[in-house]
Amino acid sequence: MIKLNINGKVHSLNVEPDTPLLWAIREQIGLTGTKYGCGVAQCGACSVEIDGQVVRSCSMPVSAVTEKQKIVTIEGMTSKITAALQKAWLDLDVPQCGYCQSGQLMAATALLKTIPNPTDAEIKREMSNICRCGTYNRISAGIKQAASALRA
Amino acid sequence: MNAIDFSRRQFLVGTGTVAGGFTLAFNIMGNEALALSATPEVNAWVVIKPDDTVIIRIARVEMGQGTLTGLAQLVSEELEADWSKVTTEYPTPGENLARKRVWGNFQTAGSQGIRQSADYVRKGGAAARMMLMQAAANQWKVPVEELTVSKGVITHEKTKRKLSYGKVAAAAAKLEAPKDVALKDPKSWTIAGKPLHRLNQVGKTNGKQIYSIDHTMPGMLNAAIRDCPIFGGKIKSVDSSKAEKMPGVKKIVRFDQAVAVVADTWWRAKTALEAVKIEYDGGEHANLDSKAIAATLRAGLDAPEAFVGNSNGDAHSAIVGAVKKVEAVYSVPYQNHATMEPMNATAVWTPEKCEVWTATQNAEAALATASKAAGLPLDKCDIYRMDLGGGFGRRATSQDFVAQAITIAKELPGTPVKLIWSREEDMAHGCYHPITQCKMTGGLDADGNLVGLHMRISGQSIQATIRPEGLEPNGRDPFTFQGLNAGGAEGAFGYTIPNLLIDHAMRNPPVRPGFWRGVNNNQNAIYLESFIDELAHEAGKDPLEFRRALMKNHPKHLAVLNAVAEKAGWGTPAPAGVYRGLAQHMGYGSYVAACAEVSVSDKGELKVLRIVAATDCGHAVNPHQIDGQIAGSFAYGLGAALMQEITVKDGRIEQENFDTYPILRMEDMPKVETIIMPSGGFWGGVGEPTIFVAAPAVLNAIYAATGKRVRNLPIKNTDLRKA
Repeated sequence: MIKLNINGKVHSLNVEPDTPLLWAIREQIGLTGTKYGCGVAQCGACSVEIDGQVVRSCSMPVSAVTEKQKIVTIEGMTSKITAALQKAWLDLDVPQCGYCQSGQLMAATALLKTIPNPTDAEIKREMSNICRCGTYNRISAGIKQAASALRA
Repeated sequence: MNAIDFSRRQFLVGTGTVAGGFTLAFNIMGNEALALSATPEVNAWVVIKPDDTVIIRIARVEMGQGTLTGLAQLVSEELEADWSKVTTEYPTPGENLARKRVWGNFQTAGSQGIRQSADYVRKGGAAARMMLMQAAANQWKVPVEELTVSKGVITHEKTKRKLSYGKVAAAAAKLEAPKDVALKDPKSWTIAGKPLHRLNQVGKTNGKQIYSIDHTMPGMLNAAIRDCPIFGGKIKSVDSSKAEKMPGVKKIVRFDQAVAVVADTWWRAKTALEAVKIEYDGGEHANLDSKAIAATLRAGLDAPEAFVGNSNGDAHSAIVGAVKKVEAVYSVPYQNHATMEPMNATAVWTPEKCEVWTATQNAEAALATASKAAGLPLDKCDIYRMDLGGGFGRRATSQDFVAQAITIAKELPGTPVKLIWSREEDMAHGCYHPITQCKMTGGLDADGNLVGLHMRISGQSIQATIRPEGLEPNGRDPFTFQGLNAGGAEGAFGYTIPNLLIDHAMRNPPVRPGFWRGVNNNQNAIYLESFIDELAHEAGKDPLEFRRALMKNHPKHLAVLNAVAEKAGWGTPAPAGVYRGLAQHMGYGSYVAACAEVSVSDKGELKVLRIVAATDCGHAVNPHQIDGQIAGSFAYGLGAALMQEITVKDGRIEQENFDTYPILRMEDMPKVETIIMPSGGFWGGVGEPTIFVAAPAVLNAIYAATGKRVRNLPIKNTDLRKA
């Protein structure tokens, strides 16, 4: 049995220790907002927070996470920062297909935590998640709008 | 584009009524409408609940391009609905079939979702409005002419009475459909044509949106698959003894040239699949590589036989007799769609029935595929459409994932099985943007005027492989000439050249091609617009002025080109180190142009800084969404132009994941400025057209910056350091 604290709740999971955290979250816990895109930590669709740090869960085995560590998925993101980003995402109609947007919002939250008022160059540098629909410019605008709202 | 699955021909019976006119069909109570609202419909397109919620039926599918919202806007406009109460639902292809295709074509490809159904969906909304108003008139016993309607509320001004749609919908549903339905003048639109927010966005920001890959059912098992990666290869032997004993494994299924593992979870299925030892017999293409494919195409560049796409005058003589002859050979590689959500489908099969939940761009083709794979008649199968994590043509070209899911589910009758392709499987079994080369030859007179042009395309026909019935009787593939046609509303050539020949030497390698966002317009625009730029420089003329001289008879093409030139500041000095390039093209009914600004460092590092883009799509149903499609199409097109290529070695695709098939990321995304300039009177697409001009505008800007002409894509393979 492996125990994981996900979105504030401890779950006991009957999985092999090398099971990626992504698939434990999706298939064992049933939280499907965290997406499978590549399985090799390239695209970022699987991004979750572990103790406040954004992590690509497809390449993180469950055995590498302890019960004491706090895993937060998109469904559990309730901070002011994420809320401001979600609002900006809706205001600007950022999502197209939307499949990558959970991960984009996780990455954007992490960015605003460390750089509350990012420049265009900083957004370009820090936001490395793939969006195949190409919503990048609106993602960037959404981050700036959220940053501005959080300062107000 | 008409990317219809081969097997869909059986649906074509009786489509004349749908394509030609509008049929109002009424719900048969107690019918098969599994996926649809239980409330009686006003007509096939409109359901109104007693609480005034408006449900609009959407035949096409949403995959990020905004069609769902745009179609709902068009129906709501004619319906005079309260937009804040509008929701949508998808009919199934089974329901469409049972009702003689009352919803018309489900196919969502070729940027046709709105432009090819705008007329009949608007009539659906208008007819429903007329029936609702008639029902109110009947209830009040007043002439319908005395009523007005706004935002779903019908008013009888004389008596100051009001009724909301929800109160009369049940009575309206029993009325006969009106015969004559007039549509609004787009100039009076209040819902359509406006930059409204997209529907269904909240779930895309909080993880609640359920995509096909997220679908679950009680008792569902999961499957992972490995299809033979070698083109035309066969399985020689399979040793699954180790995999069978692995945790959670329920069944190992071998069919055609594929092995699938079914387990309680997908991760366990995938892990066990990797433990299956499979040996292949490579077959006749076992040694095929990109070099051999390129050589085959190169031979086509000078082949005597070719299909003619567009010709006037005598190009050969004109070029031979020209003062200056210019020649250049270009190539564009295979590309994969690489949708963010890999192919997947959930199927339940019993001897009586087969149901599938999946992300498809063509649910009718998926139904035909399901019927064949299930061994059941069409009316015993159905497809439930789930949200798509991207389509870009992949989920229109082939429903192979549906056939596979059913074939596996047949081994476990009554048990739902969800098949998910790994990213690696998705990369190995794409329907790739076809590979082509092109030899451009032009002749200039003493004044630098273009007197003759020969454009010889050599390479793959999509239809020859995946939809041979789409070829003309002589074998010509008309899709090859997208944007190069002598005229027509779909994709007309934008230049008048006194002597012109555009032809295609068809060369079909055994790599499955498909309809990839923009399709053949992409390489056609790269070849043509790069070479026009080359000719302008050879003639010593400004690329804009050189084009203008050839475009006098093509005012719509010219208008978008002029618009981008003006906004980008063509002819005025660019910032230091910044260089500009132009391109224009017409396809899927829309006229598009772009001006790209790039810089190239001394080390040869390219930065695409800004693209100004214009589109004349006739009618603009939602300008804010069109703006998003333009930027998105550039991300897709520039990714391909800059860094992507699918290559072949040892009879298989070399790339496996996003590390070897890189996707354009935020760091490479240019600033995009859009000019949406609908001139009215026609309907053009918006999901694809602007992609055509992304690459050629950048290639021409690179030449301006470096003096180097990149003729072989992707650009990363060329050293851009100044010579």
